Amino acid sequence: MAGENGYIVDVKELTKKFGNFIANDRLTFNVSPGEIFGFLGANGAGKTTAIKILCGLSSPTSGEATIAGYNVYRETEKIKQNIGYMSQQFSLYEDLTVYENFRFYGGIYGLSRKVIRKRTEELLHELNMEKVKNRVIHSLPLGWKQKLAFSVAIIHQPKLIFLDEPTSGVDPITRRQFWEMIYKTAQDGITVFITTHYMDEAEYCGRVSIMAEGKIKAIGSPNDLKSQYDAHNMNDLFIKLVRN
Amino acid sequence: MKRFFGFVTKEFYHIFRDVRTILILFGMPIAQILIFGYVITNEIKDVNIAVLDHSKDEVTREITDKLLSSGYFILNKKLETNDQIQEEFEKGDIREVIIFGDNFARKLQKEKAADVQIITDASDANTANLVRNYTQAIINDYVKEKNATILQPARLVPEIRMLFNPELKGTYMYVPGTMAMILMLISAMMTSITIAREKEMGTMEVLLVSPLRPAQIILGKVAPYVMLSFANAVSIIVLGYFVFGVPVQGSLVLLLAESLLFITLALSLGILISTVSTGQQMAMFISMFALMLPTILLSGFIFPIENMPEILQWLTLIMPPRWFITIIKNIMVKGTGLLFVWKETLILVGITLVFIVLSVRNFKIRLE
Amino acid sequence: MINTAVSIKNVKKTYGEVEALHNINVDVSEGELFGFIGPDGAGKTSLFRILVTLLLPTEGAASIFDMDVVKDFKKLRRILGYMPGRFSLYQDLTVEENLNFFATTFGTTIKENYYLIESIYKQIEPFKKRRAGALSGGMKQKLALSCALIHKPRLLVLDEPTTGVDAVSRSEFWDMLGNLKKMGITVVVSTPYMDEAGLCDRVALIQKGRLLSVDTPQNIMNGYDEDLWAVRSKNIYKLIEDLRQLEEVSSAFPFGEYVHVSTPPDRINQKMIENLLEKKGHDTVEVKKIGATIEDCFMKLMKN
Repeated sequence: MAGENGYIVDVKELTKKFGNFIANDRLTFNVSPGEIFGFLGANGAGKTTAIKILCGLSSPTSGEATIAGYNVYRETEKIKQNIGYMSQQFSLYEDLTVYENFRFYGGIYGLSRKVIRKRTEELLHELNMEKVKNRVIHSLPLGWKQKLAFSVAIIHQPKLIFLDEPTSGVDPITRRQFWEMIYKTAQDGITVFITTHYMDEAEYCGRVSIMAEGKIKAIGSPNDLKSQYDAHNMNDLFIKLVRN
Repeated sequence: MKRFFGFVTKEFYHIFRDVRTILILFGMPIAQILIFGYVITNEIKDVNIAVLDHSKDEVTREITDKLLSSGYFILNKKLETNDQIQEEFEKGDIREVIIFGDNFARKLQKEKAADVQIITDASDANTANLVRNYTQAIINDYVKEKNATILQPARLVPEIRMLFNPELKGTYMYVPGTMAMILMLISAMMTSITIAREKEMGTMEVLLVSPLRPAQIILGKVAPYVMLSFANAVSIIVLGYFVFGVPVQGSLVLLLAESLLFITLALSLGILISTVSTGQQMAMFISMFALMLPTILLSGFIFPIENMPEILQWLTLIMPPRWFITIIKNIMVKGTGLLFVWKETLILVGITLVFIVLSVRNFKIRLE
Repeated sequence: MINTAVSIKNVKKTYGEVEALHNINVDVSEGELFGFIGPDGAGKTSLFRILVTLLLPTEGAASIFDMDVVKDFKKLRRILGYMPGRFSLYQDLTVEENLNFFATTFGTTIKENYYLIESIYKQIEPFKKRRAGALSGGMKQKLALSCALIHKPRLLVLDEPTTGVDAVSRSEFWDMLGNLKKMGITVVVSTPYMDEAGLCDRVALIQKGRLLSVDTPQNIMNGYDEDLWAVRSKNIYKLIEDLRQLEEVSSAFPFGEYVHVSTPPDRINQKMIENLLEKKGHDTVEVKKIGATIEDCFMKLMKN
């Protein structure tokens, strides 16, 4: 399951350099199973670089990191098998039906047809979207697509899911429904690792880290951080930490 | 005017900062001309021939010896009857048969003219053409030598027959052909892509909302490519001359002017393509299929128009490269002037105007 | 008397079967900072493209400073500053070259209108030799704004300038817009971030091609016609589910660390909510009455 000390994400002194440019400067943090962890930061602070390393898509320059107990240098295939990923850009194949999308992504993770069918039914049932199973993605509203994309990303029941600005541009009600899905997922034991520019969403996270200029400036629960830095909301806190 | 120059400057930045563009602009013309130049080679060696000598006299023997000692030809067989000619060609061992008429030497001396017939296997048209040219040159050479010793010059005009491809026109002209192809490619494809790129990147939106007029946008985008294409045309001519010895017999000014006309035509076609495509990829595909293939296949560049099915022959009439190739062939190879190519020139001017009108009409001042 | 800068009358836009804009009516006064607030797909971009003369409305008419966006598009293109939703500068040109190009395009120079962009441009000036493609999100946005401003437009139209930009750059960007307003430039801006509504003089809430409300942010918030409570307890997820079970509750949505609970006016009080929740097994329940935010209003209007 998780790594030696029980963390699903365990990062020590993780550094990534591009030539002279230090994109990630000795990042150290960990995430426990079932946590909703908000990975916040300014544009260009190095969030994307870090997420790429944690997903096994790129190797760090130095430092240690394990995901679900697997090493990011050597066991990237195992990492990929155990995580889900969804971003604003990554979405479903617009010209395939809902079920075809589930089948395709389930197939990628080596699920049998039977399992795919069962998982699809479960997930669509949760979304209350059984009716659209055979509709082409293209014909669905944006909010629905977003929720379906999330379901597809957890079809293989990963231990950890990375969500990269999943709610960008979504209307406020759908955004909240989306967060309810996230809560539900976390309660089912899947760890959620999320980035967002909506600072109110940062409050929904169990813990957050705030990055600027390649470093983690602060890490902790939203409440602890707010009192520690004397900020009355996350927006305040973010601006205080990033401006300095 | 300042706006225009500002635009052109910007365009040059785009060109010079993109390695791919630079490669296509400068690398490709050179590569193409070298490839075509060497593939359609003008060197022949050890070609198998047969001789059917009806006279078997001194002169025919001398000519045969001269041919065989040139290093280009190998005597595969001596034929005895006309019936054997077809037979030998069908076996496929020989590429050429040279037939001397009877009483060759006597006729040459008395009538100052004798019959020599050259028959080549033109299923490989290029080789056939070269073989014919070499044979003819050697025979002419012989006649010239002879003439130096006799007072009255003798005429020896070989009768030439191309088997399987009777006319054999329009093959030995890779320089005009490549030039047409490269100018088409650079001018039309590059402009269509560069305009399509502005659409794709969303910058066209900003340009449209500025006071720039559509004509200014188009001219600004096209002007750098006019210059670069012209530079390309010049370098092709230079390369043709120095590397492959293709001379410019006619007026260089006329040649350059015609090139400029063809560039304008290709550019307006490029603009037209860009107005109907939404992105770079689409522009590229249209350019490839609408320009490249017809330029190569239907212009007479590689496949002689005379041998095409009639429908395709009609189709070549609207292929601008066809006319352009005719024009430069005339100017470069035959050395003729505008008097002989005004018709083709006029056709090109007409096509250009049609393209310009269509693209101005099609250019959208708003988004779809 | 204040002049009308933008007048949109019964504007409709359809793409085939799809109706992107449904009968839009809005007036923006000269000198106003006006916001269109709504999610993706609300029709903001279509509306803005109609305003900047890039699209023709299917029905209705729009004018800017009394010039029609269809007939007088040539005149309008001289006085409009437009920043499309996508970053639309030349990525292979440097910061300075981009700015120069746009200045020349509009027949002006950087020097002439430098005062207008100074406060924005000086933040990216140290990187003026850098290619625009290599800038960070916040810097790209500042450059794009500089380019849209360099010809001193009378109306600035900004399509989602802050989308995908971090909170710091966003707040800086709104400061800049405030400054431009002070210089007398009318600004029409769209955003999916509801919290930015408060920074506009007036806003139009837009959803699925329809306007939900057009007013000052304050008036919109005052117009919330139910009681609103901020509630929190240890287990937020269970809290939301339990609140939704209560018949007095018309909606319950998470808002940051609290849950916003909407109840019909004077139906229920703080004590009653606390009791109900304690009965459901929640301890350390905190309940307070609050005023609505724009987001609360938007969600309420959306549901109607």
